[in-house]
Amino acid sequence: MKKVFNTLAHPGEKELIFGRARYPLKTRKGLVIGGGKVYPELNFTLPPMNINAQTLPEIKNIYRSVITDACDRALELNSPGLVIELELLIEMTLNPDFAYEITAVIAEELNACFHKRGLKTAFRVTPNDTRDKNRPPVMRSGELLDKILITFEKCAKAGGELLSIESTGGKEIHDDALLNCDLEKAVFALSIMGARDMEFLWEKICKIAKETNTVAAGDTACGFANTAMVLAQKKFIPRIFAALDRVAAIPRSLVAYEQGAVGPGKDCGYENPFLKAITGYPMSMEGKTAACAHSSPLGNIAGAVCDLWSNESVQNIKLLGGMAPTVSLEQLIYDCRLMNQTDNDSALVLRDLMIRSDAYLDPQAYIFKPENIIAISKAIVNQPSPYLRTKAAVETAFDILHKALKEGELTLPPLEESWIHVIEESIQRLPSDEQQFIEQIMPKLDSSKFIAGEYDL
Amino acid sequence: MKDMIERLAFCIEKGKVDKDAPYPPELKDQDGASELTAQLLKSGVSANVILKEALMAGMHAIGEKFGRGRAFIPELLIAAKAMNAAMAHLQPHFESGEVKYRGTFIIGTVSGDLHDIGKNIVRMVLKGNGWNVIDLGVDVQAEEFISTLEEIPDAFIGLSALLTTTMMSMESTVQALKQKFPENKIFIGGAPVSPEFNKRIGADGYFREPQSLVRHLATIV
Repeated sequence: MKKVFNTLAHPGEKELIFGRARYPLKTRKGLVIGGGKVYPELNFTLPPMNINAQTLPEIKNIYRSVITDACDRALELNSPGLVIELELLIEMTLNPDFAYEITAVIAEELNACFHKRGLKTAFRVTPNDTRDKNRPPVMRSGELLDKILITFEKCAKAGGELLSIESTGGKEIHDDALLNCDLEKAVFALSIMGARDMEFLWEKICKIAKETNTVAAGDTACGFANTAMVLAQKKFIPRIFAALDRVAAIPRSLVAYEQGAVGPGKDCGYENPFLKAITGYPMSMEGKTAACAHSSPLGNIAGAVCDLWSNESVQNIKLLGGMAPTVSLEQLIYDCRLMNQTDNDSALVLRDLMIRSDAYLDPQAYIFKPENIIAISKAIVNQPSPYLRTKAAVETAFDILHKALKEGELTLPPLEESWIHVIEESIQRLPSDEQQFIEQIMPKLDSSKFIAGEYDL
Repeated sequence: MKDMIERLAFCIEKGKVDKDAPYPPELKDQDGASELTAQLLKSGVSANVILKEALMAGMHAIGEKFGRGRAFIPELLIAAKAMNAAMAHLQPHFESGEVKYRGTFIIGTVSGDLHDIGKNIVRMVLKGNGWNVIDLGVDVQAEEFISTLEEIPDAFIGLSALLTTTMMSMESTVQALKQKFPENKIFIGGAPVSPEFNKRIGADGYFREPQSLVRHLATIV
């Protein structure tokens, strides 16, 4: 049965803090995520190499060695726990047996380390959303979808515990919306297409989690709002647009929790602080220690309300200090160690320093101020549907940013200023009726890029 | 006539598609790229002059601004829309051979990789600079690049990859293409690739952003 979030689990600004979630998650090996401590979540990727049956033994050896080194380093540095994420590569989701074997290797190493050396760990597995391999993508049937679901099931049986995905429903329209800074189409892609696809997909993922005694952890709008963030970092689109695209992604990602996910939300979901305020579930975040994967304007502030602290991804290459994943883990462990040294009062001090260091330099960071997280999250839960929630989120965030700009708390480069009016007009064109919105946008879309029926359109 | 050519170039740069277009507000109710191109053709100005002195000049101006961080992608796109509106009038002249594209550029994301937004940006910038671009999409096998090149043997190739593991696909695609078409230039881009990787796999250039590719192409065509 669908969960309904119409109030905030964390209604007060002071309750929104790293390491503390209203509904912590206890894992098989005894980690309590969101129960008072922040744990490192390590992610890594392979060096340039082919992925096929011939290279599978080598791939398994690489993963085994990464995990062995990571466990050693975590124990050397007295980390109270460790979360590992295996973000699968496309070939692995297309060949679920590959995914199974790799998952089993990692699970075996983590189990051995727990039983022999006492390191508490949890293991997240993230299959790929390969449905967009064919364009326009078929979202609700076919071999690609079947393989995604089989991969989830096999990985869960092989020892994966936390199930996540970066789902892509609506990306067919969102990519162009981003490049054109077309807020109405972006809202359509996220709140109509994305939310409907999330409902379809997460009902199935939650079912698999239940059947395999694993945890439906959460989705991320990585292919949407993170693309916006990266484009804004490259100065390809205005940062204020990226900030609004971020808040537009919150109701879409919330659908996973409505379907039964319980966190920890996936690291690259920068909408997670809002989702934590709404659901009370623990969340993973990435920031400065994910600079090995990509730049962001949220390096410190992203940590303010995290429960897991992640490096996003790093290549398994040799650095002076060791292999890159091990080095990256050490950085995460020290970040976590600092956060875990705090009591309730000093945690707020540290949190506020993280916030102050970033919030006034970029609109994408400004919306992460706790009072803004609460205001935007409240606007979301006060509405009944993903579309109306998205509309409310965008309107509230725009008002917050507009006020901050007027009062000089935030500044934008002159090139961006001319976009404020364009964006404001787009927001004003969002109607209060979902059907009217659909009728308004559908004729403007390139119908060759998506299959309307896959979204009940 | 010079004044009208300059106005057309300005409309392209500003993205004024036609008289009815609301954007940019400062040119409201004025003739746009479509009307001005039709008027120039009617007054006997050659399609080639219109293409080079107005359309490409306008796209060059916005492209340079974009390259210097003075314009965003959507501004480049709206300029491209204005250019397309003008090009519709020039189409018969392309078909007759009176005017020509700068060349043909075949672009795609390599096999195993589904990322395409970076590739799409390159496609749009090249189109805006007078190139005929054939976009093969994502997850493109080497054979597809080869068969397209067989049809257009003088084309340039652009390969994109965003994953460390698909760099291997890029390498094998370059090898397959170079074996069959050693003279054709192949350019690469994407987050994990580098000038060193370009050199190692025998490609002909790595570009971090589209404007530098456009500038490089201008030096060799």
